Amino acid sequence: MIYFDNVSKIYSGNSVAVEDVSFTVEPQEFVSVVGQSGSGKSTLIKLLLAEERPSAGTVYFQSLDVHNLSRSEIPFVRRKIGTVFQDFRLLPQKTAYENVAFALEAAGKEDDEIASDVPHILDLVGLSDKMDFFPHELSGGQQQRVAIARALVNRPEVVIADEPTGNLDPLNTWEIIRLLGKINELGTTVILATHDKDIIDTIGKRVITLEDGKVVRDEKRGRYIL
Amino acid sequence: MMSTSFKRVIRNALMSFWRNGMVSVATVLVMVLAILMIGSLIMFQVLLDATLAEIKEKVDVSAYFKQDTSEVEILRVQERLRQLPEVREVTYVSQDEALALFKGRHKDNALISSALDELEENPLRAILRIRATDQQNYEPIARFLENGGFDSFDKIDYRKNEALFKRIESVISFTYSVGLGVTSVLGFIAFLVAFNTIRLAIYTSREEISIMRLVGASTWYVRGPFLVEGVIHGFLSSVISMLIFWPATLWVGPRVKDFFGGVDLFSFYTQNLFLFFFTLFMAGITIGVFSSFVATRRYLKI
Repeated sequence: MIYFDNVSKIYSGNSVAVEDVSFTVEPQEFVSVVGQSGSGKSTLIKLLLAEERPSAGTVYFQSLDVHNLSRSEIPFVRRKIGTVFQDFRLLPQKTAYENVAFALEAAGKEDDEIASDVPHILDLVGLSDKMDFFPHELSGGQQQRVAIARALVNRPEVVIADEPTGNLDPLNTWEIIRLLGKINELGTTVILATHDKDIIDTIGKRVITLEDGKVVRDEKRGRYIL
Repeated sequence: MMSTSFKRVIRNALMSFWRNGMVSVATVLVMVLAILMIGSLIMFQVLLDATLAEIKEKVDVSAYFKQDTSEVEILRVQERLRQLPEVREVTYVSQDEALALFKGRHKDNALISSALDELEENPLRAILRIRATDQQNYEPIARFLENGGFDSFDKIDYRKNEALFKRIESVISFTYSVGLGVTSVLGFIAFLVAFNTIRLAIYTSREEISIMRLVGASTWYVRGPFLVEGVIHGFLSSVISMLIFWPATLWVGPRVKDFFGGVDLFSFYTQNLFLFFFTLFMAGITIGVFSSFVATRRYLKI
């Protein structure tokens, strides 16, 4: 479903972010990408979302070369990928409801579909009573759940979470991880980038370990080893 | 589908305009300044045009005929002059008319009146007043009169006024080019100020633009609301400017008219209300939309 083929990303100068990375993600898999800060986790995600272009190699999503798409085709790929970030990245001028609805509106969904889907998905993440709150009126954990709702509302085939728990306390962290596990059980592929040892050791699923931009380990039931 | 997106773009624009209250107000105010500037420059141009046209209107060449020239001869010359392409208008002032004019001008002066009464015959000469189609055509007309083989002329006052004509001509063309230069420079400055204000306002939204892109919004879905906001800014600022121009021209108009003797700016404002508003509105929209377009381009690259 997702295939990184000998991908390298070298930023200006000779700062190497990712070097010669190859791996495949199968449908409905739960893959954790681990590594220290600067090991290239975020770069991999940016490459998949076509936010950055690789210096060498190819990134495939459902057999499409992501970087060979025109600028008008890229949004269609992004709508199939739900993304969750460490800093939540909600639209500050929009309420929780509007933030989630935005993803559907941008995808051109009909109004009645939006009106029924958004409350449903916010209910799923436990925020049905906070729909009309603006991001700054919500706690970190609640904001992240809005972000997850937004990532899920388009029924994506993959959810990518880049350090989703980096700004959260332990209780909220486990809430989010449980939510991601649930999403995966319902049939969505999940890619989780993190450097949290406890999380990885508890999940007990496939782990890809990055070090200095290279894949050093790829295990079916991995643990966090650095 | 198309209309749904369009509706959403408009709704998002209105919502963003409303929720970014302070930024919207600041942007509109700066644009009001820019549009006031553009409007004033239009007014200035109108004033300059009217004043220069009036000065030009006052310029003419007068050909004075000898006392004993017959009217037939004068009318013949007038006809010849009318056939010249450089000539716009030739007015014949007969000896009697010239006398009446002269008397009228000096009716309060008893000495001149009584001196005229003493004379048995009319001392004044018949005149042809010639207006050229253009400032530069006085020279060839004067040359035609001097070298055209007419011997009935007593004097042609072009030569006397030649230096003055030349001077007026150069002042007019100089004022025109300076006016045009100043107008374009000030207009450009006004545009730059408004342009940068909008860019700054959109700079604060750069994070939101990238979020929208990553959530899968197309370029135009993200950009649309900013362009519509540009239209709103342009509309509001041109309306506010129009409202400011009303009392401003009412106050300035008569004072300027006394000074320049040209048009009354307030009557220009009321007579051209719609066209003037339309011009300012177009200027506002152009600034708003163009600035938004350029400013968003950079953050939409994601």
